[in-house]
Amino acid sequence: MFSIEPSRRSANGAGGEAGSEMSEVVLQQAAAQSAVADRSRALGRMALVDRIFREATRAAAVIVLVILGGVIVSLVYGSWPAIRAFGFGFFVSQSWNPVTENFGALPAIYGTIMTSTIAMLIAVPVGLGIAVFLTELCPYVLRRPIGTAIELLAGIPSIIYGIWGLFVLAPFLQSHVQPALIAAFGDIPVFSTLFAGPPYGIGMLTAGFILAIMVLPFVASISRDVFETVPPVLKEAATGIGCTTWEVMRYVVMPYTRVGVIGGVMLGLGRALGETMAVTFVIGNAHKISGSLLAPGTTISATIANEFTEAVGDLYTSALIELGLILFLITFIVLAIARYMLMRIEQRSA
Amino acid sequence: MSLYATRRSANSIATTLCWVAAIFGLAWLFVILIALLYEGLRGLSPAVFTEMTPPPGSAGGLLNAIAGSLIMTLIGVAVGTPLGMLAGTYMAEYGRHSKLTMIVRFINDILLSAPSIVVGLFVYTMLVHPMGHFSAISGAVALALLVVPVVVRTTEDMLLLVPGSMREAASALGAPRAHVVGKVAYRAAKAGLITGVLLAVARVSGETAPLLFTALNNQFWSTDLSAPMASLPVVIFQFALSPYKDWQQLAWTGALLITVAVLALSIAARMLSAGRRKSK
Repeated sequence: MFSIEPSRRSANGAGGEAGSEMSEVVLQQAAAQSAVADRSRALGRMALVDRIFREATRAAAVIVLVILGGVIVSLVYGSWPAIRAFGFGFFVSQSWNPVTENFGALPAIYGTIMTSTIAMLIAVPVGLGIAVFLTELCPYVLRRPIGTAIELLAGIPSIIYGIWGLFVLAPFLQSHVQPALIAAFGDIPVFSTLFAGPPYGIGMLTAGFILAIMVLPFVASISRDVFETVPPVLKEAATGIGCTTWEVMRYVVMPYTRVGVIGGVMLGLGRALGETMAVTFVIGNAHKISGSLLAPGTTISATIANEFTEAVGDLYTSALIELGLILFLITFIVLAIARYMLMRIEQRSA
Repeated sequence: MSLYATRRSANSIATTLCWVAAIFGLAWLFVILIALLYEGLRGLSPAVFTEMTPPPGSAGGLLNAIAGSLIMTLIGVAVGTPLGMLAGTYMAEYGRHSKLTMIVRFINDILLSAPSIVVGLFVYTMLVHPMGHFSAISGAVALALLVVPVVVRTTEDMLLLVPGSMREAASALGAPRAHVVGKVAYRAAKAGLITGVLLAVARVSGETAPLLFTALNNQFWSTDLSAPMASLPVVIFQFALSPYKDWQQLAWTGALLITVAVLALSIAARMLSAGRRKSK
């Protein structure tokens, strides 16, 4: 401030000597004033645009939350008639009779849990194996292509798995694998019930197997990403004291990444629980609980996909929406746990 | 057996199993692709792209289904992308550490993997039931709801990759925040943002479950958004489960078309983001 004042005074003094120069200065000042006004107007406009943009982005973020809330509210609203009519009995009843309008969710819940269990029993060991392969064993040049191929497998739409399962996998299982299973386990207690009955081809086992192929890429690619967060110095230290590759993985990498791997597995489980089209093709849509894994069954999502458009009567529709609500709540809890665990490992690696 | 021999053999068993797992996992990709090519190419002819879906027992194509899929996917992406981008922008640029961002990120990640059939039920109770009939527009809304989480996620991730020094340089020149975001951060993250949109298109173009009871199906040519509209996945679903050979063949051909489109989109997205990684 002090350094500017004297120089301005001297400029004024120089300008005061001639009238023409004086008027020029006045003109300049006027121009400067209008420029200042322009600028403040422009700044005001920018500030306004700024505020609008900021608020728009915030509103969009809130809308994402509102969508989730809307899903829950609308499902509860839609299933209210069924909730009122059946109450808690909906969860334990095995009947599914559109004619007498008596509905129970137990076979669908059972089918959903069984198929997902089969899927995870296959997908978790294989997925972890692929992740170990990709981080430790694979020749370096092949890592990216193979990793990409596995991720592409995750991108294939579920209806493709469905049509393939129906026309290729199910006949193959029916003619080759299932008779062998029935013969192999026929005399062993427990297993003889699990693998009893004629080989239909379609059924719980086929559905679980297709789900396994579908969630495999998720488990594999997340486990790989998680394995890569392990500091190299830990692995080098273990190798340095003479551990084999397997011992490094088993006693260093896996304990270090346990939370993240469980998160990845839960994420895969969330996918398996909610998967619709692939299962609908091969599950058989039978509303009964059967001890045999080879028998047709149903899942929550397959029931909705198969019956919703043909549902006559409000109570039938409402029962199907309540099934959707149950599915959403189950997957929400599973996915929330998965995200919480993955968030913990992200924080640690950051 | 000595301790060393035991450990060595444990190691070789474990590593062999890992190799087997990797081959097992990759084999499915090839088995599925070969089956698709074998079954799908047999039915591929110009008629697929020029004729309507046939009644059972006669020849036809998939034109109305392809058109329906394109229309609904386009609307879905056009509605979902701006919303997702804005939300992602808020999370990365304005409220990076705010509580709202934390919650939205959590919820968005859950919506990302939530069962798509539930989204279909949601749109049914919100739009189809009040309107009283199935319509293409409700199908498009269902797809838009699936686009949003994908775009939110990639937008946030990509904007977070833009170095803070670029924003600071722009701010130091006096650029207001909206300009910093729009003219600096968006441009720096452009390839990543396009990747997100491509991934979203790939995700929704194969979605069947949310369309089953929103857009339903239509055997004829229709561009009326308030009427039911055919889409490739729903037609595949209906035709594959039918007992008619012609229909099953069309289902395979449709499945091949969708897979090729989805794989092309994901590979394009991957190449875009790979090019970006290299230039960095």
